[in-house]
Amino acid sequence: MQLLVNIVVLAAIYALIACGYVLIYRVSRVLNLAHGELMMLGAYLLLATASSFAASPLLAVAAAVGLSLLVGILVYVVLIRRMTGEAVLAAVLTTVALGILLRGVMVLVWSAQQQYPGQALGIDNPALVLPGGARISVMAAMLVGATALTYGGLFWFLRFGRWGVRMRAVGQNPLLAAQRGINLHAIYALAWGLSTLTGSIAGMLIALDSGLTSSMPIVALKAFPAALVGGLDSLVGSLAGSFIIAATEVLSIQYIDPLLSDVVPFLVLIAMLMLRPWGLFGTREELDRV
Amino acid sequence: MSSRLPRASGYFRTSYAQDFALLQSRLERLSFLIFTLALAAFPLIASAFYLDLACQIFLAAIGALSLMLLTGFAGQISLGHAGLLAAGAFTVGILSKEWNAPFWVTVPVAALIGASLGIVFGLPSLRLRGLYLAVSTLALHFVVVYLGGEYETRRGYSTGIVIDPPQIAGVTIGGGRVWYYVLLTFAAAALLVCLNLLRSRSGRAWRALRARETVAEALGIHIAAYKLLAFVISSAMASVAGALFAYYRGFVSVEAFSLFLSIQYVAMIIVGGMGSLLGAIFGAVFVTLFPYLIEAALLRLPNAQAYAGDLFAVNYTAFGVVMIAFLLFEPAGLVGIWRHVQTYFLLWPFKYRPAEGARR
Repeated sequence: MQLLVNIVVLAAIYALIACGYVLIYRVSRVLNLAHGELMMLGAYLLLATASSFAASPLLAVAAAVGLSLLVGILVYVVLIRRMTGEAVLAAVLTTVALGILLRGVMVLVWSAQQQYPGQALGIDNPALVLPGGARISVMAAMLVGATALTYGGLFWFLRFGRWGVRMRAVGQNPLLAAQRGINLHAIYALAWGLSTLTGSIAGMLIALDSGLTSSMPIVALKAFPAALVGGLDSLVGSLAGSFIIAATEVLSIQYIDPLLSDVVPFLVLIAMLMLRPWGLFGTREELDRV
Repeated sequence: MSSRLPRASGYFRTSYAQDFALLQSRLERLSFLIFTLALAAFPLIASAFYLDLACQIFLAAIGALSLMLLTGFAGQISLGHAGLLAAGAFTVGILSKEWNAPFWVTVPVAALIGASLGIVFGLPSLRLRGLYLAVSTLALHFVVVYLGGEYETRRGYSTGIVIDPPQIAGVTIGGGRVWYYVLLTFAAAALLVCLNLLRSRSGRAWRALRARETVAEALGIHIAAYKLLAFVISSAMASVAGALFAYYRGFVSVEAFSLFLSIQYVAMIIVGGMGSLLGAIFGAVFVTLFPYLIEAALLRLPNAQAYAGDLFAVNYTAFGVVMIAFLLFEPAGLVGIWRHVQTYFLLWPFKYRPAEGARR
């Protein structure tokens, strides 16, 4: 039972991060390798707002979420927009460089020490006992809830939202979308903003649950196989992929070797790339487009 | 390569021997001679610190050359270069710890291991392109590093493996000067191998592959074979670089082969300039010296002691900024700048080259 809870929590973490990769990739075919650092920045933003809104945790979280949306849009407008028309790979390498830059800046501003935004906000994190004897911390439960909400919201938005439909159109064919009067740059900026927002929510909740350390980007890197296994352009896929990756990871830690935790997601990724590179729910022609 | 050098006059080669020569003009031969002498004389005047810098540059140059061969010429992206270096380093560590193997055994074995890993790294490239290939090499990097870490913990070397200084023909290699000449030899050999590979059949095949796979296949180039060949040669070279790195440091540990190292190598070929061996060397020099330059610049600032603890973070930040700057403003890299300068002097007092058709 505990094992199942662990899997669900880890899958929720991966899914919440993976949808950030999917959003950007689906719309603009760019792989954002700075996602981990952006997510960590979100967590640090919470730390920053926590000190100014110490009285009401909810307000601090809301402010940090708003800021992270802004950060994502800024990243697109300032940096990625300039890579329009360059090779896709150059854009990817730019995100790699951005990640390194952000990591340096974050250490400079907030130092490399482990921080606890939960304490700063005065939120305690007791363990809940579920029926069946499994334990789950409140924040982990909230993480699962946040993932469900985020995915529900995203599905609704992409299906029925005016801007969501536009986003899908841009993903399918940017040229035709632009012909119909859709503002491509606005859509791309929105995708970056939403992606950073969801990543930051994940970062904040992880930081509230288990503290904020400099190893956080590694979690995001491990969430990337989840996105790819499910198919880089499919949100349903990233949910499924997250479950697969989380289940293999938790089970292999439990039954084989704890050291495997850092490598299992990548082994699954390699296996998937060999068998079905476009992922479980991805579109097949994606491969030729890159 | 040499045909890219700007030349004011025409094409005056009249025999095959002249056509094959690596150094084609008297000026090239002269500058080569001066450069070689300068390199050979450097250890006689340099302090231990500068010798160490030079050795690091040579090691980085071997790695950068091998990555340039793969990415800059064959067009196959790899984000797992650190994994290959780790493979070479761990081959040395394991062989010398378990079987006490000497230098002339471990380095060739490292090359062999690297070559076979190259096939493993290269296999996904037969099916995947671009981004997906980069991701698969990234994944393999984690696998190799995991295996290394597993060996460390299983054998009880959890802090790292200490390697005794190597011996060649009974002489122990130790001290900056000896290492300088050994690494210089290896780096020069790597450069020569790359130069000759690129002007032979394989080099032409790789360039065709990079330009457009379908056309290359239509021209009769065996795509799968040449892709794998690129991976095999590049990985073998990287692995040798890793082996030399292990001997030079006298110490192997997985911590040295992080993802950041892979990114540093990618940065070398971007900053240096894609598709140019000279660029790989420029990039290796730049990226190796960069942290030291930052440190020196930081110490010049008033109140230097206050920032001393942040040096690491400043390095990261500045490195990211430089990488972004090159990607955005000078995609041709340092070599691009170098060529601009050359062209400027060559064309002076004119500003532009004559149009392509008008030159004949």
